[in-house]
Amino acid sequence: MIRDITLGQYYPGNSVIHKLDPRVKILAALLYIVALFVVDNFSGFIVAIVLLEAVIIISRVPRKYIWRGLKPVLIIIAFTLIVNIFMVRGEVLWQFGVLHITREGLRTAAFVGIRLVLLIIGSSMLTLTTRPIGLTDGIEALLSPFKKIGLPAHELAMMMTIALRFIPTLLEETDKIIKAQQARGADFESGNILRRAKALIPILVPLFISAFRIAQDLAMAMEARCYGGDVKRTRMNAMVFARRDLIASIIFCAFLALIVLQRVLL
Amino acid sequence: MIEVKNLTHVYNEGLPHETTALDDISFRIEDGSFVGIIGHTGSGKSTLLQHLNGLLKPSSGTIVIDGVDITDSHTKMLDIRRKVGLVFQYPEYQLFEETVAKDVAFGPSNLGLGQEEIDERVRRSIELVGLDYNHVKDTSPFELSGGQKRRVAIAGVLAMEPEVLVLDEPTAGLNPKAHFDILKMVQDIHVREHNITIFVSHNMNDIARMSDQVLVIHKGRLAMNGTPAEVFAREEELKSMGLALPEATEIISQLRREGMDLPQDCLTVDQAAEAIAAVFGK
Repeated sequence: MIRDITLGQYYPGNSVIHKLDPRVKILAALLYIVALFVVDNFSGFIVAIVLLEAVIIISRVPRKYIWRGLKPVLIIIAFTLIVNIFMVRGEVLWQFGVLHITREGLRTAAFVGIRLVLLIIGSSMLTLTTRPIGLTDGIEALLSPFKKIGLPAHELAMMMTIALRFIPTLLEETDKIIKAQQARGADFESGNILRRAKALIPILVPLFISAFRIAQDLAMAMEARCYGGDVKRTRMNAMVFARRDLIASIIFCAFLALIVLQRVLL
Repeated sequence: MIEVKNLTHVYNEGLPHETTALDDISFRIEDGSFVGIIGHTGSGKSTLLQHLNGLLKPSSGTIVIDGVDITDSHTKMLDIRRKVGLVFQYPEYQLFEETVAKDVAFGPSNLGLGQEEIDERVRRSIELVGLDYNHVKDTSPFELSGGQKRRVAIAGVLAMEPEVLVLDEPTAGLNPKAHFDILKMVQDIHVREHNITIFVSHNMNDIARMSDQVLVIHKGRLAMNGTPAEVFAREEELKSMGLALPEATEIISQLRREGMDLPQDCLTVDQAAEAIAAVFGK
């Protein structure tokens, strides 16, 4: 059950989207997110949805996968919708005691809902079509100009790579520990919140110890192979800005321009 | 008595990556026997062990322990855990309490026993694993050596006083002395408590020396089930599964191939030495 979490999961593929330069993809995703906040009418969302649809179709990532990534945040979306529907003041459509629904409330709720869903799907398209290594390489490349002002770009990227790499390992470890404690009669499913929180201690303590042990082993293994940061390193897979990257960049810039124009003109 | 009938377990049933981990396994284990399980990595041994105390539910088939069907959804989990104690691989990684005594008490207190009973069981099981109760009870389990930690972890399962003790590779990663000591301890516990003991090992010498019954699991199926002598007589089959013979049996087998007249069923070094000595007329 614990393995079903699809946090930042990569869906292997061979599409144009998969092949794009990670730097371009990261910037495009950022641009898309910015655009979603610029939009202030529904026609803008239509443009955004069309673009996202196109990306999904070209990438050939099954919709089931995308849907799975959306599921865990549904509660947050539902909560935001409810808060918006009942909290926004305006022309009252329906009233029951202190609760009231307004025209403006419905509009804002629909707006926020669409925006959140597009945000999540948009950013998960980035992680679904980019290998974690590509992602961190891309971030490192994008952050490297800031090295001049003392930003440790390589170290940050390395930390991210390691963190991503160890998510499955730690999940597996958690699974093992849960089973071992269950075999000793531990019960995680009944009792009130306090009892349940206490029941987590037999899992968390061994898990932390494991995490430190794994980290220590990894540090040792890296030192044994003379890891020394990014001093004069070359890459096995250097990132290349190809023609498809240029086309993608143009499309996304045009998209942002269109959104901004729409906001200004409409 | 444990009776496993047509046990099948399918992971990810209905999904594209569905795999059959256990395929129609049936066997019986009599009271008081010491059972060794062998099989290649990924053969399904661990999956089988996890079924024995209800951590995994079978896709089909039943497991009956002393007349209680533990695969029945009405059977209480705690009753199953009380019956069957499972010691995982590297059990020392599950220690979490401040003191050894508290950690060992975790299992029995989950069973809802009274404080006196718990204290008594903690003392008994720490002594059962060969540690000095007064000496270790207030030390942190994390200050102990690897072998000692493992003893404490095993004590934590023994304190639940299971009728069946299941150990998954109890000596993995230990030095030769600790390896020998732990097995000796497991054997002593078996003799004293006269329970059913089931253990998984990759060390054929241990399996041959200690067990009354050997189960061989291969690709999720029960490939062999018999006494060590019966199982290790099937050399070709075992080797085709990526398994080996005990060292003594291997030497005897090679000598037989060279034409020496030796009995085939030597399992330990002593037996082999005697058989070879007999040939030379000593």
